[in-house]
Amino acid sequence: MLSTKAQDVLKKFPDAKRDSLIPILQEVQEADGYLSKQAIIEVGRHLKLSASKIYGVATFYNQFRFYKPGKLTIQVCRGTACHVKGSAKILDTIKQELSIDAGQTTKDGLFSLEVVACIGVCGLAPVICIEGEFHANVLPENIKNILDSYRKKVSQDD
Amino acid sequence: MISIDVNGKTVEARKEEMLLSALKRAGFEIPTLCYLEGLTPTGACRMCVVEVEGVPGLVPSCAYPVFNGMKVQTHSKRVMVARKTIVELLLADHPDDCLYCVRNNNCELQTLAATLGVREKVYQGKKNKYKIDASSPSIVRDPSKCILCGRCVRVCEEVQNVSAIDFTGRGSSTVVSTAFDQGLNVSSCINCGQCIMVCPTGALREQSYLKDVINALKDPNLHVVVQHAPAVSVSLAEEFGIKAGTDIDGIMTAALRTLGFAKVFDTSFSADLTIMEEGSELVQRIKTGGKLPMMTSCSPGWIKYVEQFYPDFIDNLSTCKSPQQMLGAVIKSYYAQTNGIDPKKIFSVSVMPCTAKKFEAERPEMGRGAVQDIDAVLTTRELAELIRLYGVDMNGLTTSLPDNPFGQRSTAGKLFGASGGVMEAALRSAYFLLTGTEMAELDIKEVRGMKGVKEAKVKINGLEIGVAVVSGLSNAANLLEQIRAGRNDLHFIEVMTCPGGCIAGGGQPFNANTDAVIARMKGLYKIDKSEPIRVSHKNESVLKLYKEFLGEPLGHKSHELLHTKYAKRQVVQ
Ligand code: SF4
Ligand code: SF4
Ligand code: SF4
Ligand code: FES
Repeated sequence: MLSTKAQDVLKKFPDAKRDSLIPILQEVQEADGYLSKQAIIEVGRHLKLSASKIYGVATFYNQFRFYKPGKLTIQVCRGTACHVKGSAKILDTIKQELSIDAGQTTKDGLFSLEVVACIGVCGLAPVICIEGEFHANVLPENIKNILDSYRKKVSQDD
Repeated sequence: MISIDVNGKTVEARKEEMLLSALKRAGFEIPTLCYLEGLTPTGACRMCVVEVEGVPGLVPSCAYPVFNGMKVQTHSKRVMVARKTIVELLLADHPDDCLYCVRNNNCELQTLAATLGVREKVYQGKKNKYKIDASSPSIVRDPSKCILCGRCVRVCEEVQNVSAIDFTGRGSSTVVSTAFDQGLNVSSCINCGQCIMVCPTGALREQSYLKDVINALKDPNLHVVVQHAPAVSVSLAEEFGIKAGTDIDGIMTAALRTLGFAKVFDTSFSADLTIMEEGSELVQRIKTGGKLPMMTSCSPGWIKYVEQFYPDFIDNLSTCKSPQQMLGAVIKSYYAQTNGIDPKKIFSVSVMPCTAKKFEAERPEMGRGAVQDIDAVLTTRELAELIRLYGVDMNGLTTSLPDNPFGQRSTAGKLFGASGGVMEAALRSAYFLLTGTEMAELDIKEVRGMKGVKEAKVKINGLEIGVAVVSGLSNAANLLEQIRAGRNDLHFIEVMTCPGGCIAGGGQPFNANTDAVIARMKGLYKIDKSEPIRVSHKNESVLKLYKEFLGEPLGHKSHELLHTKYAKRQVVQ
């Protein structure tokens, strides 16, 4: 089922045509936090466009995500400075540790992983940012510890 | 008409046409990749670039309208360098896989690379690797070989009105995929294979069942029989360098025997059987106030299309199985019984011009218990592959006749291969069923030809029957919309999924232009003209099958073996 919030979005665009596709997708994502499969299918029905077309358009833009965001969002900076300091390796390590790709959320719903162009703190490269907290000069071998500390925190909070 | 100058020669062009079509008509060879005749030009690949005097930069001729006095250079130095560079860039992100590729020796990209003289790897880049999607029983997608020309996307959307696939992602990670990158098997794909037919590379191909067939042929415990669809005998020739449209039925039958099939049956026989059932069903619906217009059910892509997009028309579909499935059912019942063979030991193969037939054969309704009507479906292309694999010399064979009890056919059954053929065959027999006499003129010209929509009115016993013949599902969708909106002058509608019918099916030889497809069609009508038995109800073998086994059309046995049901289908649309 489509969330009520997303249904409300569609109600706001009763006779919408193709050209309202992007605004509709933006509002649905605003409402749900992401674009669910169901939402993509329903938006397609609403606009009389195929799901493949909607999905195609949505994946063209970086702003859309297709996984329900996790409790904690990890942003990995892939800007030039971080790249030079080995951010590719950092990203790979996190992917392996969490068994997800960028843009996805872990099965337990705890972490989602995002790649960002440049966070603007090049002095700290390579840098990752977890729920607004920066981790500077990270090394691949530190990743597990960093993630574990968040896992602990969350289980204590629960 | 306006005049343009091409390489110093004066060429006539139609006002507002694209430059490429004027160039092609005048006989200039311009390489293209993303261009597809009849569909929206996208100008995506820029392979067709030419130089136009006064215009800065090169222009893509497929998407550039002509203007009076235009001066064009089609093979200037700049043009040649640009074309070659485009291919070199495409190859930079392409697996160097030709030796292992289904399209080796039959690939537009390969040919372009050769003709443009690409002989070294100029650009080395990161190659995108994608998983192969083999989830569908009909179509295999290998996006690593895709050059993003978009031809498949446009055919799926504009010709078939399905849109199961589209471009996803962006930049260097763009890939043609389904919604949510799921398998084609759960998408709205109707398995028509038209995307394969337009794909210039090996990125799309049929799901192959050659291995299963080869293994069965080697298995001494199996009785392996084969049937071939009406369109195959007029198309296979092209695979062996013989003129398009040549009917090589007898040679093909001989080749199938050489390959080791125990019996060679003709699907046109069961096309006649279909007509007996479907003709009777139409007459019954008309007489008893059944659901009209009745719509044909022999094209499995169309059936899936109705099930998922137009379920409110399911009751309009004839309940008849397709000829492939009808023959499969009587092979494993009547034939098995009369020859004392355990149906479980029969391995029943069909050779079809169609990829959707592979899907149809696997439908759970198409069999009884653990016994499926059909065990493996090969396309025309796969049969050619099998013949080459076994080194059968097509020139050294003497023609052979198909086997009884399913070898005889009328020419009406043979017409099933072309759009309009089922209609013509059905009307010939429905007329006989309703009046007891033969139609004075058996040719029904209005329903023949390559047009996507054909209509006619036929008078039978004072009753005017309205018929429509459509091929290509966007044409079918238009007609369904008209009926939803209240159109009610039609009694019977023939729908073929592929434009022009099975002769242009998704399993047919590659590189056939419209002329070749028309030649195949002519081949079928030539057969119809030249043989004496031209109506299904005079097929002696069919009549014998009713007498000895089935009873009568629409009878109890027929219902059990030859008819089926459809249901609304949930897919990602
Ligand atoms: S698609 Fe064409 S160029 Fe690519 S590997 Fe296959 S044959 Fe070679
Ligand atoms: S087989 Fe037909 S329906 Fe399926 S993707 Fe190809 S063109 Fe579309
Ligand atoms: S799959 Fe084939 S037809 Fe489709 S975009 Fe790729 S190369 Fe073109
Ligand atoms: S064929 Fe003209 S741009 Fe591709």
